[in-house]
Amino acid sequence: MNIILKLPVFKMIILMISLLSTQAFSEDLRIKINSGQVEPLPIAIANFTGEEGGSSKIGMQISTVVSNNLVGSGQFKAIESAAFIAPPTNPSVRPNFTDWTPLGIKALITGSVKNINDQQIEVEFRLWDVIAETDLIGLRLSVNSEAWRRVAHIISDEIFERLSGDSGYFDTRIVYVAESGPQNNRIKRLAIMDQDGENHQFLTDGSFLVLTPRFSPTSQEITYLAYFKNEPRVYIFNLETGQQELLGSFPGMTFAPRFSPSGEKIVMSLAEKGVTDIYTMDLNNQEVKRLTNSPSIDTSPSFSPDGKKIIFNSDRGGTQQLYIMDSNGRNVKRISFGKGRYATPVWAPKGELIAFTKILKNKFYIGVMSPDGSGERLLAQGYLVEGPTWAPNGRVLMYFKQEAPIDDGKSTTVNLFKIDVTGFRETRIVTPSDGSDPAWSPLLPN
Amino acid sequence: MNKKFVAIIGAISLLSACETASQKVVTGTSASGSASSASASSSVDKKKSLFAAAKQTAADKLIAIGDRVLFDYDSATLDSSAKILLDAQSRFLRANTDLNFIIEGHCDERGTREYNLALGEQRATAVRDYLVIQGIDPDRIKVISYGKEKPAVVGSNTMAWSKNRRAVTIID
Repeated sequence: MNIILKLPVFKMIILMISLLSTQAFSEDLRIKINSGQVEPLPIAIANFTGEEGGSSKIGMQISTVVSNNLVGSGQFKAIESAAFIAPPTNPSVRPNFTDWTPLGIKALITGSVKNINDQQIEVEFRLWDVIAETDLIGLRLSVNSEAWRRVAHIISDEIFERLSGDSGYFDTRIVYVAESGPQNNRIKRLAIMDQDGENHQFLTDGSFLVLTPRFSPTSQEITYLAYFKNEPRVYIFNLETGQQELLGSFPGMTFAPRFSPSGEKIVMSLAEKGVTDIYTMDLNNQEVKRLTNSPSIDTSPSFSPDGKKIIFNSDRGGTQQLYIMDSNGRNVKRISFGKGRYATPVWAPKGELIAFTKILKNKFYIGVMSPDGSGERLLAQGYLVEGPTWAPNGRVLMYFKQEAPIDDGKSTTVNLFKIDVTGFRETRIVTPSDGSDPAWSPLLPN
Repeated sequence: MNKKFVAIIGAISLLSACETASQKVVTGTSASGSASSASASSSVDKKKSLFAAAKQTAADKLIAIGDRVLFDYDSATLDSSAKILLDAQSRFLRANTDLNFIIEGHCDERGTREYNLALGEQRATAVRDYLVIQGIDPDRIKVISYGKEKPAVVGSNTMAWSKNRRAVTIID
């Protein structure tokens, strides 16, 4: 194809550093998350030092990215580095804790960057419990210097995990559809970027329409709908080879694809002769299975994390509602009974919630409910909000929002947003042009 | 993943893929027609340009008859006025046996993307099925759904939405 890009893969070596103590983080410091808004934990992130003990350029950049990640999660408050007293010169040097306690700082992050050779750097960091006066975690990472951002994200995840007790979501990517051009002749391109919007790259050239990209469990493949040669079909894009491959051979339009949790199957819709049903295709032996067989529209399927169930939306009852079935298509059960239409269900990575799009009285909402249909909560609302995707730890949702039209709809913008699953802190993700159909990757393999 | 069964797409130039997809099929067809005839001999050239001209006229006729039918919100049912228009379309299709057709199904923006892709397919199929009942060879008619991706009228109001819920017949 006349595209495409291969994302560079950098080998990374990560070593645990033996700590002074193996003591748990002071219990009163551990942030409690699932209870709505929390008071952010005050932390200090020292600039990572370079060879001469001063801050190196990469060291400062790593500190900034770590700070942006942790503060951006809403769980932490970074104390301004101007307030630092006697910043430590080396991560292995025990800080003078009494310098930090008056500032209200509970945790301190120190680090260093060393050049191993022209390409390789070694980054080391420590997380210190200022109250208990001990180190909590330390890592040494050897990596190509071009991959310093990933190092910063991995460090952020380690800190987040240690302080929150939950896995992080910073070493991840977003694939989405970059939009440009007039509303009636949109150019749509697959694009990929880091979770914080950095390292933005286009994957397709805009010569054909693309929609609804989704990651494989390894984050190395993306399945999506492409109107390649003007035939809408499901494709798989391999980020390592840069090639796109047609999935199977079907008589009608295939769309709404998602990987199974094992990565061995794609679940999707096939529309043929006015009927849309749900199918799986085994990627190992190409075996196709039809899971639903109704004259209605059955689409937007999503596997449960254990692979045993599939949630989808169907208008078999008159309007779009959410249904759950076994992964072989048996035991279909409706779970949504509220007012309005329910669509695009996506199972949370830990299985406890379903995110969905809801349409009620000409307004769109992003919401969550339990897999049994109880506990519906609406998180975000807009003229058009659609297509939720989960951060790998299930704490944050991303989706796209089309703003209320100006000039009678001739001028409108479509952007990516994220929101905490608690419903707080809706934040726009800045992209080079308009964006829609985001999909959040799992944590990247090291 | 076993890639043996998966067709790998090679480098293919996507000549006028966008034009044939849009409403401006007339321009798209003639543009690609003249481009492909550039390297051919003069007699073939003549034939091709005549053919392109004939096609353009046919497309114009189709638009004059009425190339699209409209639908209610979240519906793929043809109403009586749609059927009257499709009766006229089927007479045109019968009179032009050398032409094949594509029915494009479209939706307004007030639905989710994937559901609208399915709904657009239902709308296009409803038109195709009606034309087949009128005696048109099903092999002459392809359907494609664009969901809410290609509005005919840009706007976020009931007038625009009603014009975007449509199935459009174009010459393949």
